Amino acid sequence: MNAIYILWLRQLKRYWRARSRIIGALANPLLFLIAFGFGFGPIFERAGGGDYINFLTPGIIAQSILFTSIFTGIEIIYDKQFGFLKEILVAPVSRINIMLGRTWGGATIAVVQGIIVLLLTFVVGFQLNTILGILPAILIMALTATLFAAIGTTIASLMDDMQGFQLIMNFFILPTFFLSGALFPLDDFPTALKIVAAINPLSYAVDALRYFLVGTTYFGINIDIMVLAIVTVIAVSTGAYFFRKIQIK
Amino acid sequence: MENIITVNNLVKHFGQLKAVDDITFAVKKGERFAFLGPNGAGKSTTIKILTTLLSPDSGEMKLNGFNPISEQDKVRQSFGIVFQDPSLDIELTACENMTYHAVLYGVPREVRDQRTKELLDIVDLWNRRHDLVKTFSGGMKRRLEIARGLLHHPKIFFLDEPTLGLDPQTRNQIWEYIRNLNQKEQTTIFFTTHYMEEAAKNADRIAIIDNGKIIIAGTLKQLLEKTNTQDLETAFLKLTGREIREEGAGSLDRARQSMQIRRGR
Repeated sequence: MNAIYILWLRQLKRYWRARSRIIGALANPLLFLIAFGFGFGPIFERAGGGDYINFLTPGIIAQSILFTSIFTGIEIIYDKQFGFLKEILVAPVSRINIMLGRTWGGATIAVVQGIIVLLLTFVVGFQLNTILGILPAILIMALTATLFAAIGTTIASLMDDMQGFQLIMNFFILPTFFLSGALFPLDDFPTALKIVAAINPLSYAVDALRYFLVGTTYFGINIDIMVLAIVTVIAVSTGAYFFRKIQIK
Repeated sequence: MENIITVNNLVKHFGQLKAVDDITFAVKKGERFAFLGPNGAGKSTTIKILTTLLSPDSGEMKLNGFNPISEQDKVRQSFGIVFQDPSLDIELTACENMTYHAVLYGVPREVRDQRTKELLDIVDLWNRRHDLVKTFSGGMKRRLEIARGLLHHPKIFFLDEPTLGLDPQTRNQIWEYIRNLNQKEQTTIFFTTHYMEEAAKNADRIAIIDNGKIIIAGTLKQLLEKTNTQDLETAFLKLTGREIREEGAGSLDRARQSMQIRRGR
C-alpha cells in the first residue's frame, strides 16, 4: 500500500514541478474550445443543434483527460531510458502495486487537468445543467483517466523508446478523440462511423459527461457506466500483465 | 567463513548468444569481491540475474540464503545496488530520492530519517539534500546512488562500474566510503570495474569472466602466481587477449539519441 502511495505521490510532485507542461496541456483543449466553439457554434445553432459550447464542453474535458492520461502512462518509457525504472524494479514491491501506483498517479493528474478545463469553460460561457452533476462527472473523469492511463502503461511496456510516439498519436489517440462524438453529435454519423464510435470507449466517457453536465445522452447513462467500468477493468489487467513482463536488457 | 552468494552452473542465452555460459562461483560474507571482464563478457548479465531483473535459463543461486527466482522479494530486500547507468529520479531532490527508496523497502520513518542523515553526511551531500538531482554533477549523483543503495541496510552491495567516468579524486573518495562501509557494517561488496588498479587495491578476491565463462578466480596474489605476471592489468590482458570488444549502444545512449531527435523536431 505504501508503495502505491509513494509512486502516486512521485507522479504528482513531478507534475507540479513541470509548470510549463501544465500550461501546455491546458492550452490545447482551450484552443479547441475557442476555435470550434466560436467557429462552428453559429452553424450548429442554425442547424438546430442548440448551444454548441454546451455540447462541446464535455467533449473537450474528455479530450484533455485522454491526452494527459495516455501521456502519463507512456512516461514509463522515460523511466526506462533514464534508469529510474530499474530502481523501482529491484525494490521488494509487487509489480501490480507499481503499476497501480503509476496508473493512479497519472489518472489523478488527468482528473485535475479535467477539472481545471471544466472551470475554464465557464469563462467561455458554458452553462451547467445542474450543480448536482459535478460530482458524478468527476467520478466519470476518474474512471476514464484510469482507463487511458492503463492503456498508456500497456503501450509503454511494449515500446523501448519514444520513436513510435507519433504512430501512437496518429493511429490511436487522435482517431479515438475525433471518432468519439466529442465534437459532433453521433446521431447523424454514417452507419460505419457509428459502429466505430460504438466500439470506442471514449464515446461512452463523452456521453456520460454530457449526461451529468448538460443533461443529454446518446447511449444512455447506465450503458455508459457499464461499458466504461468493464473496459477499465480489462485495460488495468492488460496493463498489469504487460508491465510484469518488462525485462531490463 | 560462510558464503553469502553461491552460483552453480548458471546459464543465460540471448537468442544464439550464450551471455552466461555455465558459471559457478561463491562470495563470502563480508568480502569485497571484484568481478572483472572485457565488454560483453557477461558481467552485467550475471548481476541482473542475481538482482532479479533477468531470469536465467538454468542454474542454481542463493543470495543471503534466498533463491532469486522463487523468493524474489526476500532477495530484493537483501541487496542494494548501484547500476552502471544512473537510476535516480532527477526531477526529485536528493532527500526525496532517499525517502522514496525507504518507503519502497519498508524502512520505518525513525530509522529512515536517522539513516538518511548519516549516509548523506558520509557522502557529503547533506547540505544539498533539498536540491533537485538534475543540478548535481556526475560524481554527486554517483555518491547519492551509493547512499541510497545502502539506506535499507543491505547485506550485499552490488556496484556495477561505480566509478565509470569519474575523476581520480572522486574515485578515491568513493572507494574510501565503500571500504569504510564494508568494515563498519560488514556489508559484502560485489563490484565490477574496468580500472584494474581499483580491483587490485580494493578486492579481497577477484574473478575474471570472458565469453560468459569464469576463467580464473582467487586473491590477487593467487592470480598473479597462476598467470606468472607482475600486475593485474598484465594478467587480465594475458587471460582475455588484446582484441577490442564491441558492445551495442547502451540504453543511456539510446535515450540521448531520442532526446536529440525530439529537441530537433
